[in-house]
Amino acid sequence: MIDGKLLHVSASPHFRSKATTKSIMLDVIIALLPSLIASVVIFGLRALLVTIISVATCVLSEYVFRKLLKRSNTITDLSAVVTGLLLAFNMPSGIPLWMVAIGGVFAIVIVKQCFGGIGQNFVNPAIAGRIFMLLSFGKMMEWSEPMAGIMNITGVEAISGATPLAVMSSGEGLLPSLMDMFLGIRGGCLGETCIAAIILGGIYLVARKVIKPVIPLSYIGTVAVIMIIVKFTKGSDWSFVAYQLMSGGLFLGAVFMATDYTTSPITFTGKIIFGVGCGLLTCLIRLFGSLPEGVSYSIILMNVLCPLIERYTTPKPFGTPKKEKKEGEAKA
Amino acid sequence: MAEKKSLGKEFSKGIIKENPVLRLVLGTCPTLATSVSVTNSIGMGIAATMVLICSNIVISALRKVIPSKIRIPAYIVVIASFVTIVQMLVKAFIPALNDALGVYLPLIVVNCIILGRAEAFAGKNSVPASFLDGLGMGIGFTFALVVMATIREVFGAGTFLDGIDSLTKLFGATSFTGFTIFSEPVGLLVMAPGGFLVFGLVMALANKVAEGKGKPKAELKGCAACPMAHSCSLIDTQDSCDNTAKEEAKE
Repeated sequence: MIDGKLLHVSASPHFRSKATTKSIMLDVIIALLPSLIASVVIFGLRALLVTIISVATCVLSEYVFRKLLKRSNTITDLSAVVTGLLLAFNMPSGIPLWMVAIGGVFAIVIVKQCFGGIGQNFVNPAIAGRIFMLLSFGKMMEWSEPMAGIMNITGVEAISGATPLAVMSSGEGLLPSLMDMFLGIRGGCLGETCIAAIILGGIYLVARKVIKPVIPLSYIGTVAVIMIIVKFTKGSDWSFVAYQLMSGGLFLGAVFMATDYTTSPITFTGKIIFGVGCGLLTCLIRLFGSLPEGVSYSIILMNVLCPLIERYTTPKPFGTPKKEKKEGEAKA
Repeated sequence: MAEKKSLGKEFSKGIIKENPVLRLVLGTCPTLATSVSVTNSIGMGIAATMVLICSNIVISALRKVIPSKIRIPAYIVVIASFVTIVQMLVKAFIPALNDALGVYLPLIVVNCIILGRAEAFAGKNSVPASFLDGLGMGIGFTFALVVMATIREVFGAGTFLDGIDSLTKLFGATSFTGFTIFSEPVGLLVMAPGGFLVFGLVMALANKVAEGKGKPKAELKGCAACPMAHSCSLIDTQDSCDNTAKEEAKE
């Protein structure tokens, strides 16, 4: 009793962050907006239509599935909106809308809700949805021509053949200029082409402390290092490295998908292992695999490895003596 | 009267309640491999059912002759004989099915359902009961395969009963060769991951149907609830986990 006031006794934690799932997801949505605007500018209103359908099916299927299973309603935490946005960003703009809806239902119902909902999914729902569609529909590999006009809402007539990665691996066709690559004026999925917008979103997330820059930097850094090594062994010029870094879904995957809380490690060391592993797998698939692109497969593989990484990078509790613990283990 | 009722149950239990694939999770390898088309799964189901019924009858009839120490090799000999017969018949009369099923036809020999029923049922029960058990389990297996194959073929390949003429040809009908439903199907479903996906979903549904009618689950207490109970040396002694837990709770 000091000054007649009652001392308040409570268990830790004593300081709580104000962040909630909703506020974090809202930040991610804000960070994705530049990419959405860029995709509408590049691929026309069709991009917006695909995004709306994807978000709507994700939210609706989450609501309906949880209602059917008599569980609490979780659509207000906005995580389904983020999944829908990311899934749409992983599709070409010319894709038929019913395929978008099937992808959204798969991502939410099978990958997320069947495993217990938010925080329980073993892989990133958006990436699993993308891979599901990639394996199921040939239309996932038909890219729309960029800058075909903003009023392009059908998305059907504008179909071009190759992305920069396909051009590089086959050696046929023309590569867009590096500036076009950076601004996203090339064939590809909705959200992956405009590197500038993704970097903008990434900086916002880091500034808001929603993500730590460890995974994106180690991921992209690993790809850069390996591609520089390949450049010297092949004797190609520096633009090879730049094209490799800016093409495909590397930036989108590294900034928005590999940093998913549920499916990436918590500790600093774990994040480094995760990022380096993603980079290594991406390079292996791009350089030696039969597919031109490997970002989604490498992230999903590292997602599955995440529990193992966590197990080997668990920090020791403060004050735990090293030697005694070992003896204890030997006795047990 | 009581005997008849239990015989009826021996037959019906295999269809949903103890469905070999969906509830006992046996024979999953041929299930995943052959459920890509309805025709294949009907063929596989009938072949396995034939082997299951015949081996159940023979093993049940011989159950007092077979020494228990070498019962597994004896069962395998019986099963392998019937599989050989079935395989020869299929090769002679339905060569298209033989090509489609490939290695999975001779692999019925090591199908867990057949050996499992021999070990768990036919080796302990009378011939009529074993016959009905084999029939019910075989129908359950075929049913599970056809359900999975319908989902996978219709949505994954866009067809239904494709190539059924290879089976109906036996009865002289060759005009019907199946429907085409979708031109742009979800290709993943006929691949291996799609097989696991559909298997999981159908299994969940079967669990719901078999258990979901508000039936109270069997309450097991103490060591009986433990999955290691049959091999535990401390069972129901002073040192068993159950008693240790109780003492810890008291402290």
